[in-house]
Amino acid sequence: MIGADIQILLPEIVLAVYAMLALMGAVYTTKDGAASLLTWMTAGMFVLLALVIGVNGQGYNVAFDGMFVDDGFARFAKVTILLSAAIVLLMSEGYMQRRGLLRFEYPVLIALAVVGMMVMVSAGDLMVLYMGLELQSLALYVVASLRRDNAKSTEAGLKYFVLGALSSGLLLYGASLTYGFAGTTLFSGIIEAAEGGASLGLLFGLVFLIAGFAFKVSAAPFHMWTPDVYEGSPTPVTAFFATAPKVAAIALFARVVHDAFGGIVGEWQQIVAFLSVASMFLGAVAAIGQTNIKRLMAYSSISHMGFAMMGLAAGTVGGVQAMLVYMVIYVTMNVGTFALILTMEKDGRPVTDIAALKSYAKRQPLLALVMLVMMFSLAGVPPMLGFFGKYAVLLAAYQGGLAWLAVAGVIASVISAFYYLRIVYYMYFGEDTQALDGRTPPVLWVTAVVTGAIIGLAWIPGVNLFGLDPMAAAAAATLVN
Amino acid sequence: MIGLEHYLTVASALFVIGIFGLFLNRKNVIILLMSIELMLLAVNINLVAFSAYLGDLVGQVFTLFVLTVAAAEAAIGLAILVCFFRNRGTIDVEDVNVMKG
Repeated sequence: MIGADIQILLPEIVLAVYAMLALMGAVYTTKDGAASLLTWMTAGMFVLLALVIGVNGQGYNVAFDGMFVDDGFARFAKVTILLSAAIVLLMSEGYMQRRGLLRFEYPVLIALAVVGMMVMVSAGDLMVLYMGLELQSLALYVVASLRRDNAKSTEAGLKYFVLGALSSGLLLYGASLTYGFAGTTLFSGIIEAAEGGASLGLLFGLVFLIAGFAFKVSAAPFHMWTPDVYEGSPTPVTAFFATAPKVAAIALFARVVHDAFGGIVGEWQQIVAFLSVASMFLGAVAAIGQTNIKRLMAYSSISHMGFAMMGLAAGTVGGVQAMLVYMVIYVTMNVGTFALILTMEKDGRPVTDIAALKSYAKRQPLLALVMLVMMFSLAGVPPMLGFFGKYAVLLAAYQGGLAWLAVAGVIASVISAFYYLRIVYYMYFGEDTQALDGRTPPVLWVTAVVTGAIIGLAWIPGVNLFGLDPMAAAAAATLVN
Repeated sequence: MIGLEHYLTVASALFVIGIFGLFLNRKNVIILLMSIELMLLAVNINLVAFSAYLGDLVGQVFTLFVLTVAAAEAAIGLAILVCFFRNRGTIDVEDVNVMKG
């Protein structure tokens, strides 16, 4: 029996063993000399595992008596996580190399964080959920303070650590109450215990669990760590924070509310809808005054997580499907945008001031066009890909009986368009002040142009968002039943 | 007779003290770490109390996992704190303010 269980966990085990071997190998050989090679190897490993999971994964498998679930939903999330992590790793390599930040711990920590995320999205038990979440979080706290001789980076790590630990505490308190009042930590047992109305204790547990998840997906009012951590961390790390962990956290969120509390949708729907509205508006309004592009992207991600949660709040299969579509599109947009942010340098030093983009279009017409596509897409302007994501979640919310939420989403989207369009305005009409260096590393150029093409051309009839919708539908159908 | 409610009351009191310690403390980052530890221990009391009440061992297994993770968390927190102290020469909560927001 244990052999069959291990078979199901094989991707996670392989990646965990790989990370440990890589750590030992680098420590006992050339240390940081192997960092560049390790980064490429780790990215290759991610792509390989994504292929294995995406192509080989079949059916609904349960390991260790239901503690670990490998279904279509988990595989969809895992492939997204692995691919985005691989791209971000490749984008980081050159940037970190030039700043002497490329230590061999970096790819190893990212690999461990990814193992944690894979465990999170496959969790079928509160203990597995907690262990996966902590593996991810502990690795990320360290990565945030990677530039350890820099006050900002260590401060970002410290803030992330304290607030992350607080959120783990809240989540754990919720888990303990859920365990006590359901009598089991298995999701399949909790859903039975909650059948026909949950007890007050179970509801308290649910609320604490949701508060913990809200921290992890940086939903308002639990968002306060996001801007500081995004600003303080080295830019490639920020790019990583904005992509894979968000997918993992919201997938875990969806997994718990549907797998463990799917019988009492009415109880959590209001909370998720509130988190969604608060995040959308806070992200839209607070970003207006930002001058640092990393802080701006932090508020932008808060707002986008609000939209993703709108799909979740619908509480239907269509809602989860829309959420998955939205997350994939969000990750694509962020990868492209951060590829461009990583190229922003002046005299060899990274610049994060938005004003530095003034008259960018004159010197870098193609990259400015890509940035324009990204900003339009983030704002949700048709026919960019971002519009289809927004459309999907708005439709799901409307069909789920939350028309007011859909209306609020449209209003928030209009407000947020202001600061995205301001960047476009700077690039095309800003007066010529300080020039950015023209050098663009090939990896970043290719990533930016390819994601720009994907986002800008997805509307062409026949492309159908690259078949994303049916895949997400199949994934969502395995979660909600 | 001490019943389940007593344990739950103690645990919730400790948990709330932990949260307040996190938000009201203006002095020292070490106190933040202690508050976090207090929260996790409150959870452990909860888990063990439920475990005994339900006659189910899972809660105690969970407690062991929580203890292990709490130790790892404290180690990482202290490591980050040491880096922070090297850069800033202080661990006052009020000095964690290079970035505003």
